[in-house]
Amino acid sequence: MISSRFIHDDKGGVWFLGILLLIAILVPILNLLVPADSAFHFSTYSVTLLGKYLTYALLAIAADLVWGYLGILSLGHAAFFALGGYAMGMYLMRQIGDRGVYGNPELPDFMVFLNWQELPWFWYGFDMFWFALLMVILVPGVLAYIFGYLAFRSRVSGVYLSIITQALTYALMLAFFRNEMGFGGNNGLTDFKDILGFSLREDSTRIVLFVASALALALGYLASRYIVSSRLGLACVAIRDAESRSRFIGYRVENIKLWVFTFSAVLAGIAGALYVPQVGIINPGEFSPLNSIELIVWVAIGGRATLYGAAAGALLVNYSKSYLTAALPEVWLFALGALFILVTMYLPKGIIGIMRRRGAGA
Amino acid sequence: MTWADALNSFRQRDRVFEFLIPEQPPALDLSHNIVLYMEGVSKSFDGFKAINDLNLYIEAGELRCIIGPNGAGKSTMMDIITGRTRPDTGQVWFGQQLNLLEMDEPQIAEAGIGRKFQKPTVFESLTVVQNLELAMAQDRRVWPLLCARLSGEQQDHIDEVLTIVNLGELRHDPAGKLSHGQKQWLEIGMLLMQKPSLLLVDEPVAGMTHQEMERTAELLTSLAGERSVVVVEHDMDFVRSIARTVTVLHQGSVLSEGKMEQVQNDPAVIEVYLGEG
Ligand SMILES: Nc1ncnc2c1ncn2[C@@H]1O[C@H](COP(=O)(O)OP(=O)(O)OP(=O)(O)O)[C@@H](O)[C@H]1O
Ligand SMILES: [Mg+2]
Repeated sequence: MISSRFIHDDKGGVWFLGILLLIAILVPILNLLVPADSAFHFSTYSVTLLGKYLTYALLAIAADLVWGYLGILSLGHAAFFALGGYAMGMYLMRQIGDRGVYGNPELPDFMVFLNWQELPWFWYGFDMFWFALLMVILVPGVLAYIFGYLAFRSRVSGVYLSIITQALTYALMLAFFRNEMGFGGNNGLTDFKDILGFSLREDSTRIVLFVASALALALGYLASRYIVSSRLGLACVAIRDAESRSRFIGYRVENIKLWVFTFSAVLAGIAGALYVPQVGIINPGEFSPLNSIELIVWVAIGGRATLYGAAAGALLVNYSKSYLTAALPEVWLFALGALFILVTMYLPKGIIGIMRRRGAGA
Repeated sequence: MTWADALNSFRQRDRVFEFLIPEQPPALDLSHNIVLYMEGVSKSFDGFKAINDLNLYIEAGELRCIIGPNGAGKSTMMDIITGRTRPDTGQVWFGQQLNLLEMDEPQIAEAGIGRKFQKPTVFESLTVVQNLELAMAQDRRVWPLLCARLSGEQQDHIDEVLTIVNLGELRHDPAGKLSHGQKQWLEIGMLLMQKPSLLLVDEPVAGMTHQEMERTAELLTSLAGERSVVVVEHDMDFVRSIARTVTVLHQGSVLSEGKMEQVQNDPAVIEVYLGEG
C-alpha cells in the first residue's frame, strides 16, 4: 500500500532526514566513545539540549501541518505538547516510588504534602509505561478531537479560531496551576528518578532519549510528509486557499480539518512526552499562551508549509535564544519579534525560501 | 426494535449489522422529467429582496440560459441551489426526491450539482492537474483520500478533460499563473471532472476571446442532453448562439420565459433590459 513516491520528489526532506540520521549516529559516538578531555567530545549537557530541541522540532512540524497546509493558525498547540508531557511526567512520578522525600510508596510527594490519603482516580494506571504511552496519544488526541469537532462544525476559522485556541491553552494553564487539580500545581511534576528502571542521570539513558527524539522526529516528518503529498494533502491546500470552493466540489471541510488537527495534536503530545524526561520537569508554564506563539514564530522563520523548514526554524531559533538570552537577555524578545515581522513581510517561505531561491539561481 | 430483535440481529451472520451500512441518500429521481424545482423562493438581505417569489423549473437534459440586469438575483439563485444561501421561504428540489434545503454544500455537490462561479475560483497554489484531480468524482472521505492513487482510467479522464479545455501544455503550472480566460476553462474542466447531473455555469465567457467563446458554446451545447445545464450570461451574442429556452430574471423573480425571439420581443423585457442597450 505505502509507496515511496512521496519521499522521492522531496529533495529537501531527504537532506533533512540524512542530516538527522548523521546526528543520531555521531552524537552518541562523540558523547560515549570520545574521551571527555578531547576537543571532539560532545558533552551530556549538549546532548540533552539538542534532544530537547529535537522535540521542539517535532512540535514545529505538527504546527506546520495544520497552519502551513490547512491554514489553521492554532495558537494553542503547545497545550497538546504540555498534555503529552504531563502524561509522561505522571509515569515518571510513579517510578519514583518510595524514594521521595516523604518515602510514601504510593503517593507522589506533593500529594503527601497536601495531606491526601489516596491516589486520585486519574492517576491510576500511570505506573505502567504502556498505559502512560497510550495516554500520551489519547489525551491530546481526544481533546483536539472534541475541540475541533465543536469549532470546525460551527465553522469557526481565522482569527476567531486563533483566539479560542489561545483561550484553551490559557484555561488549561490556570487549571493546572491549582493544587486541587492533582497535577502538582505551581511546581508541576519533577524530581524524576528513572524511566523503565534506567536512571535518568546516566549518560546512556540520556543518549537513548536523544536517539528516541531523533527517531520520533524522523517518523513524525515521514508521516506528515505522507499526508501532505497524498490527495488528502491536496485537499488540505485547497481548503487553505479556498475553503468554500472546496465545499462546492463536495469536500467535507470540517472532517478533513478535524482529523488532520487531531493527528497534529497527537504528534505534539508525543513531542511533549519526549521532552519531559530530558528536561526533568513539567509545570503549568508549558501551557503559557506565549509558548504557542513562539512556536508559530519558529514555523514562520523556518518556512511555512515546508515541514522540514519548520523543524529547522525550531532548532535555529532555540539555539539563537540560548545564546542570546545568555549574552543579552533583555534583547531576546525584541529580536524575536523583529525577526518575525521581517520574515512575514519579506520571506513568506522563511529561510527555506531563501535557500530554495539560491538553489534555483545557482 | 425490541431487545429480542436486537439480539437476534447479532446472531444473523449472513447480514452486516445495520449500523455498519453507510447511509445512502436517495438517488436522483427524474421520473417527471424535471431536474430542478424552485417554488415560491424568496430571500432578502437586510430588507432588500434579492429573490422575490421565484418559480423556476429546469427539465432534464435541458440547456437553459438565464439573463437579467446586474443585481437581478442570478448569482443569488445559484447560491440558494448550491446551499451557500438559505432562502427565507420556498421549496427547492433536485429531482423528485432530494430536498436541497435540507442538505449542505458538500451533500449537494455529491448529489450531482456542479457549479462554476462568476468570479473564477480555482486552487491557485495547486497545479492544473491537481485541481482536476481534486474535482474528480470520487470517495471524498478522509481515509480513502489519504490512500487514493490515480487509476489508469482516472488518468485518461484527466487527459481527456485537459484536451477539451485546452490546458494540456500548462498541466503542471500552478493555477494561480493562468490568465483569466484560462481560469474560466480550468473551472469548466473541474466541472467536467465532477460529472454532475446539473451544471450551474455563472458567466462562463467573461474574459474569453471570440474563438474561445465559440468553443465554450459548443462544449455547453454538447453537454446538454445527457446532463442539464443552466447558464447565466450577459453576453447576448453568446446567449443567442446557444439558447433554446431563455429565462429573464428581474428584481428577483421571473419576468419572462420562452424562446429567444419571443423573449426579445416581450415589451416588459425590452423595457427593463434589452431596451437599455
Ligand atoms: N450575501 C449578500 N449580502 C447582502 N446582499 C447581497 C448578498 N448577495 C447578494 N446580495 C444582493 O442581492 C442582489 C442580487 O445579487 P446577485 O449577485 O444575485 O445579482 P446578479 O444577478 O448575479 O448580478 P450580476 O449580473 O452583477 O452578477 C444584489 O443587489 C446584491 O447586492
Ligand atoms: Mg452574478
